[in-house]
Amino acid sequence: MFEATQLNRKNKTRQRMFSIGLGSMTGLLILPVALIMGMLIYKGAPVISFEFLFTSPTNGMTAGGIFPALLGTVLLVIVALLASVPLGVAAAIYLSEYAPDNWFTRAINLAIINLAGVPSIVHALFGVGAFVIFFKFGTSILAASLTLAIMTLPVVIVATRESLQAVPMAFREACWNMGATRWQTIRSVVLPNAITGILTGVILEVSRTAGETAPIMFTGAAFFLPLLPQGVFDQTMALSLHLFVVSTQVPGMPEQLPFGVALVLISMVLIMNSLSIALRMYLRGKKKW
Amino acid sequence: MVKLGVKDLSISYAGERVLEGVNFDIQEHEIFGIIGPANAGKTSFLKAINRMDMFNTEMTVDGEIRFNNVDVSKIRNVYGLRRRIGVVFPLPVGLPLSIYDNVALAPRLGGQKDKAELDIIVERCLTRAALWDEVKDRLDSLGSMLSGGQQQRLTIARALSQDPEMLMLDEFSIAVDPVTTMRIEDVLKELRSEVTIILVTNLVQQARRLADRTAFFLGGRCVEVGVTEDLFTGEVQDQRTRDYVEGRFG
Amino acid sequence: MEQPAQNTSSGVDASFDQLNRDWYIDKAVQVLVFLGGISAIVFIIGIFVFISKEGFGFLVGDFNFKEFFFSPNWRPTSESKETFGILALVAGTASVTGLAMLIAIPFSLGAAIFIAEFASGKTREFLKITVELLAAIPSVVWGFIGLAIMNPIIIETFNVPVGLNVLNAGVILGLMAAPIMTSIAEDALKAVPDRYREAAEAMGATRWQVIYKVVLPAAKNGLLGAVLLGVGRGFGETMAVLMATGHSINIPTSVFDSVRALTATIAAELGETAAGSSHYQALFTIGIFLFIITFIINLAADLIVRGVRKG
Repeated sequence: MFEATQLNRKNKTRQRMFSIGLGSMTGLLILPVALIMGMLIYKGAPVISFEFLFTSPTNGMTAGGIFPALLGTVLLVIVALLASVPLGVAAAIYLSEYAPDNWFTRAINLAIINLAGVPSIVHALFGVGAFVIFFKFGTSILAASLTLAIMTLPVVIVATRESLQAVPMAFREACWNMGATRWQTIRSVVLPNAITGILTGVILEVSRTAGETAPIMFTGAAFFLPLLPQGVFDQTMALSLHLFVVSTQVPGMPEQLPFGVALVLISMVLIMNSLSIALRMYLRGKKKW
Repeated sequence: MVKLGVKDLSISYAGERVLEGVNFDIQEHEIFGIIGPANAGKTSFLKAINRMDMFNTEMTVDGEIRFNNVDVSKIRNVYGLRRRIGVVFPLPVGLPLSIYDNVALAPRLGGQKDKAELDIIVERCLTRAALWDEVKDRLDSLGSMLSGGQQQRLTIARALSQDPEMLMLDEFSIAVDPVTTMRIEDVLKELRSEVTIILVTNLVQQARRLADRTAFFLGGRCVEVGVTEDLFTGEVQDQRTRDYVEGRFG
Repeated sequence: MEQPAQNTSSGVDASFDQLNRDWYIDKAVQVLVFLGGISAIVFIIGIFVFISKEGFGFLVGDFNFKEFFFSPNWRPTSESKETFGILALVAGTASVTGLAMLIAIPFSLGAAIFIAEFASGKTREFLKITVELLAAIPSVVWGFIGLAIMNPIIIETFNVPVGLNVLNAGVILGLMAAPIMTSIAEDALKAVPDRYREAAEAMGATRWQVIYKVVLPAAKNGLLGAVLLGVGRGFGETMAVLMATGHSINIPTSVFDSVRALTATIAAELGETAAGSSHYQALFTIGIFLFIITFIINLAADLIVRGVRKG
């Protein structure tokens, strides 16, 4: 009896040690990033002002604001979404509602995984070869956005497919039994119940798209432009590339300015992601069946 | 007149036979009962009638089913067929739409846009399904949040909203309390003058109360078809039918 | 009740079998979503075709297999003799990715085990959200962190002249890859059915024994998949390694050496080459190489993870 108790106690201590050990590993993953974020805020926040956000860079980008880059990122994201959301939702509808369980569907899934896994610079090369050169879009918002759209397509597809599959099969069968066509069933019952889930995916995609740099470097984003873009065939500045430029390419850069740019970019991305997470949690709390 | 003709029907899932050798005609405006223990192939039979095999690559149907004397396997627009056949499955499914929209869905898909007309259809179908009084003040609330018994009546209202020529009910009383079951049974008796009803049931007494003729399915075969009363008074061709009806197994 | 059943020939009513508007719309939608479905395949093939098309001239021209893979000299713009050897670039990528994995694998597996098996309730929720947010930080921001924050820290701590090196990029890449690996590994652990744990606990095993003897072996493939995806991610990362490695061509002998990665080379040089030149085509050839390697890594990860689900 005594021995067993001692063994028990030893086990308890050991278990606590494991728990603490693993917990501190988790902490060590998060802590440096938290410190870094703190530093970004500490150094970047003083730079950020209304003027910083809404005026153009001046003095060879060493002063002034980031408005053209901010606007450019918004444009790139919008055009990319216009291409990828319809395509991604269609692909997800096919995979969730129509695709049979066969080798061809597995090939599609593998392609989606690879689309997400191919290095961003390879997407950039593809964008140059396909959109800039072959389709003759030149280096333009259109070429850059399409490159981004293809790169982030898996985000929309996966999120949409998951939320479609979360709609119980019985609802579809009930509709089919009423004589609804497949599309009528999807339109009237499946999609309305998956729309919030799809939205979380779209927001995630916005965040991904806004942060990407490599795919737009040679397809449509420019280091510096004196004028704002007038259409989708113009080049544009972009926030992510602007951060790269001001932190590596410009001599005599005041130390604080890149921190300001980095802070704006990361705030944009994290706000989007938080929004997506909040929406997902709201959805979880609000069951309809 | 024959509403549904079945000839040499057999059904398999992934190569495995679940039903074979079914031959009978169902007359217009009769209530046709199908009784039998679990896994007798009753539900598969209903699925074959309204071509649910189309979305299930595992399911194969051989033989012939004629609806209005049209071979259903040769139909191009199965949605048109299903529109004429209302179905109620054992587990109630209230769609995650408002109660009103649940019932108005089928007419709307059929092209009915007139709000006043829809109001009439919704009230008529809910009344017939013995649900109107309970939900008339909250037609906007979600159909999927009703109680099980209410959802089953909603399902029946929805099936009626299609204005079907034939109604197929598969063990509808499983999720419903006895009082509601009785009310629905009364509704079915009234409906007999308008629609043909196939009533699959695990309650032999329910078949006796409602069905004009009854088929007995056992282990993937149709053992016997006859006038319901004959089955219950012992005028059977197969001993197993008598045993089942008298409750010796099942 | 028996009714005459002879008039089967009459009563034919096929009016419901009309191909109406709804039917045609349904067919059209089916075709449209199918096109959406195959788009992923079209794009993946498209990527391969278009980068091969641009790199083709080099592959049939100046490409020399031995030089390309085994020469450490990447001198695409040399006046006297252009050489296209990617050995040093491969070494750069490998050293940075290797160090990153050395950091990320233990920490992310540890964090995954903690989140999946020890943390509960609010802590668990908080950690999961944090990990998800960390995974969202853009790579150019990580690159900037390497440049502006890690660089001075490394210079001061280790008293070295340059802080942009294997150590810097490795740590940055490790921090980048860890959240993704953590969340995939956590999924793999969560996929182990609770009844396994219950059975082991019923036999008197402690929490740790349950994890060590039951959960980890059962989640083995999923964890391996997580590691592979982390490797793929590190291998393909561009902006962060471009900014944090120091970007100088080197076969590193210590973590304080500056190096240059395959991806970063393309990012840094493509803008300065003339379309169609050997240099330009050579960069696309590196792209083909990257594409094939990541394709293999992703395929392997998928096969391994799928293996678990079936078994």
